[in-house]
Amino acid sequence: MFELSDMEREAILLSLKVAFWAVAVSLPFGVACAWLLSRKSFPGKSVLNGIVHLPLVLPPVVVGLILLFLFGTTGPIGGFLKNVFGITVIFTWKGAAVAAAIMAFPLMVRAIRLSLDTADPGLERAARTLGAGPVKTFFTITLPLALPGLVTGIVLAFARGLGEFGATITFVSNIPGETRTLPLAIFSSLQVPEGEAVAIRLAVVSVILAFAALIASELLVRRHEHRPET
Amino acid sequence: MLSVQLEKGYPQFAIRADFDADAGSISALFGRSGAGKTSIVDMIAGLTRPDAGKIEIDGEVLFDAAAGIDLPPEKRRVGYVFQNARLFPHMNVRRNLLYGASAAAGADFRQIAHLLDLQPLMNRSPVKLSGGEQQRVAIGRALLSRPRLLLMDEPLAGIDVQRRNEILPFLDRLRDEVDLTILYVSHEIEEVIRLADNMILVSDGTVAASGAVEDIMSRLDLKPLTGRYESGAVLATTYEAYDTEFGLGHLAFDGGTLRVAGLEMDHGAPVRAHIRARDVSLALTRPADSSILNVFNGRIVEVTDEPGPQVDVLVDIGAPIIARVTRKSAHDLALKPDQPVFTLIKAVAIDKRSLGGQGRTGR
Repeated sequence: MFELSDMEREAILLSLKVAFWAVAVSLPFGVACAWLLSRKSFPGKSVLNGIVHLPLVLPPVVVGLILLFLFGTTGPIGGFLKNVFGITVIFTWKGAAVAAAIMAFPLMVRAIRLSLDTADPGLERAARTLGAGPVKTFFTITLPLALPGLVTGIVLAFARGLGEFGATITFVSNIPGETRTLPLAIFSSLQVPEGEAVAIRLAVVSVILAFAALIASELLVRRHEHRPET
Repeated sequence: MLSVQLEKGYPQFAIRADFDADAGSISALFGRSGAGKTSIVDMIAGLTRPDAGKIEIDGEVLFDAAAGIDLPPEKRRVGYVFQNARLFPHMNVRRNLLYGASAAAGADFRQIAHLLDLQPLMNRSPVKLSGGEQQRVAIGRALLSRPRLLLMDEPLAGIDVQRRNEILPFLDRLRDEVDLTILYVSHEIEEVIRLADNMILVSDGTVAASGAVEDIMSRLDLKPLTGRYESGAVLATTYEAYDTEFGLGHLAFDGGTLRVAGLEMDHGAPVRAHIRARDVSLALTRPADSSILNVFNGRIVEVTDEPGPQVDVLVDIGAPIIARVTRKSAHDLALKPDQPVFTLIKAVAIDKRSLGGQGRTGR
């Protein structure tokens, strides 16, 4: 039963690629947002907090529609990307990555922010008195202390990216080999007669991938905690 | 030399501090909890920005509100030992120590590791150290960043009394062997007497008085700030001899020889003796057949005028000393300034823990 067809393998690899890039590109922004929300007070903080969390509460279809408007070739961001860099996002796998990144962003920021909240700012102050500037302090103290949250955030965002459906299908449609990720492939296979077998096989793959991500994060965090220091 | 003038307003509280500390000295910032001591050292370290004022070390300006100078903490070369050590939990002791050290700190590293006895701790995680061990590492870490000034914010406060006695000798060694200006925050008078040369008395965010520990402790007007129960003068003495037959240490000072039970030290060592006012009695005639060993001729300088049942009497016995007597006794003996009195101090009442070596000045 577990022979994957080319179409299925393609969907799986595409999903992994989309989720990977979604996380890789959004991670620096996620860390920056989490740090701003955890450490700084500034006017408009609650607005930023609201915008970050919007994808969590909006219907995914609405997010997809907003992306369609913003990233369309005539949209404010899409037009800029096309004219300046020659990048077209809409109806490509890159667009799927954008959709996945946006939908996963609140989960990533929340996990990292929680970790930063519990990291003692007194340690950062101690580092400053020892001659470390703000950048060195951030990379040698703040980030390592927030590592468990960072790993959790990455894994959650990756898993969320693998499963993204509503915003993706609205924004970049369902093009085999380009934007048909795992969930879209499952959906499509249910539309054709006798497609249940394919759907179930892909669903099993989804479960395996999700588990693998969780176990990997657990191992990473544990290794960090028990690393023998030299 | 450290020179500090700063002002900072908080919603319910204002800080207005103005003091100097000599290069190479230990100055204690002494005051009750909540007096604003930590806020002052935070401003010196650059962790909090004062509203106004100027902070200078050896002629270099760290902060000057008028000139718009405000060096960030990492540019100040001010070491800071926090109350709760603040070791980095994700690094072992060695990496904590080296965090602020330059690449060429090898010789310093060995010297400081030896001074604070850190070698056995090197590969351990700071999370698993005792409070005293953590503070020793924190002190070493601050020293290795080669500061011009070391701030110590109640480094013993989080450590139980028994462990304190394990770390105090290290602080003594630090004072005697490292040539560094130290500002030591404390609300424990015994710690101040043992470790500091000068004290800066902080009350409600302002500096109430500053000067040599002996001078501040012999001022009757400051008694409410230095602590009523423990208050008493501090005598600067030199260890003279040990009476082996009776187990008495002899401490010489300008007014004679003070005998202390069971104190054995190097000959000639400077010792600072804290004589609590409640352990000092006064008599108009030299007591005959008395058990009290230390009897000094003196002259009354000042008698406090207080409504309570007790009064404090400042007596000059070659050095200032304070006696606390009941108001009735003061009345019956008609104690008044300029009157000659005999001052009686029980040799067993002097707490050995309150005796501070005076370090550098004598050795």
